[in-house]
Amino acid sequence: MAAEGSSSIDALGQFQLHPALGAIGGSVNFTQSNLMMVVAGLLVLALLWVGMKPRAMVPGRLQAAAEMGYETIMSMCTETIGHEGRKFFPLVFTLFFFILFGNLLGVFPYFFTFTSHIMVTLALSLFVFLLVTVVAIKEHGLHFFSYFVPKGIPVALAPLMVAIEVISYLSRIISLSVRLFANMMAGHVMLEVFGSFIVMLGGIGLLGYFPAALSLGVNTILIGFELLVATLQAYVFAILTCIYLHDAVHLH
Amino acid sequence: MSQDNGGPDPSFEDRLKAARSKQGLDAPPKQPLGDQGGLGGSAWGIGARVGVELVSALVVAVAIGYGLDRIFHTTPILTAVFVPLGGAAGVVNLWRLFAPKQSD
Repeated sequence: MAAEGSSSIDALGQFQLHPALGAIGGSVNFTQSNLMMVVAGLLVLALLWVGMKPRAMVPGRLQAAAEMGYETIMSMCTETIGHEGRKFFPLVFTLFFFILFGNLLGVFPYFFTFTSHIMVTLALSLFVFLLVTVVAIKEHGLHFFSYFVPKGIPVALAPLMVAIEVISYLSRIISLSVRLFANMMAGHVMLEVFGSFIVMLGGIGLLGYFPAALSLGVNTILIGFELLVATLQAYVFAILTCIYLHDAVHLH
Repeated sequence: MSQDNGGPDPSFEDRLKAARSKQGLDAPPKQPLGDQGGLGGSAWGIGARVGVELVSALVVAVAIGYGLDRIFHTTPILTAVFVPLGGAAGVVNLWRLFAPKQSD
């Protein structure tokens, strides 16, 4: 970064995709983003497999983490969706941990945050949206479309309200994906900007040392903040999926 | 260890509950889903949510309007119709988020 001089901050360069895994990856366009997805998936599997291996009565740290993750998501499903929530537990669990590990991996240096690309989050949210719609139609048949007609509205207003409700329903795709993507991207841009400040201010000599140290402090706080945002956004994605599934199962 | 207090013995459930609450093992009472306190309760989080909800509804509406215009060759009209609808849908989204829950 900033190789051509200390006068420019390349805050978005970190989001560029490069082929990973050498020539093989290059020939099939396997980027570092895909690599991180594989790593995240493997880490989730490892957490569950290695963590649950001892099957101890009094769990160790890893087993406690695995069990807590299981129980948190399970209670989220059953409390938000209702007793049908158990059916959707595998889906919500997978989504939550995939996004959580993707977000958290991005905090490490030289790693890549695949959730900072709208393509990834849009694919996830489209998947959730289509699944919710399919579940709703399967549960309620054509009665599902009464979802777009709010209860007790005058007939004259119905066409207007239906149009608004349909747009509101479709906007879930955008809001779900943009929320995750924007949060992750904003955090990493901030980190990059303050990181560049450290280099640039440290370069100008004695006068710059104090503000450079200040930027370093800000970056330290930002890393902590980023950990919070990573967890929170994964949680928000999971619970919004649950809320949408609740709407699909119960209609209104 | 096995001391018996003479009085009426509190049931096992009660003692377990007291012990658990002393250890902080019992989860605090859940806040109802409706107020969505968990979804970024900070002012910053709420602001971000409001922005995302409003804009996403508008984006969808503009996309629909523009697409229909392209299909029917009525270029500005349907976009112009759908933009206010999108704004209204954004407000509906917000109302869903922040409306006080009384029924259902």
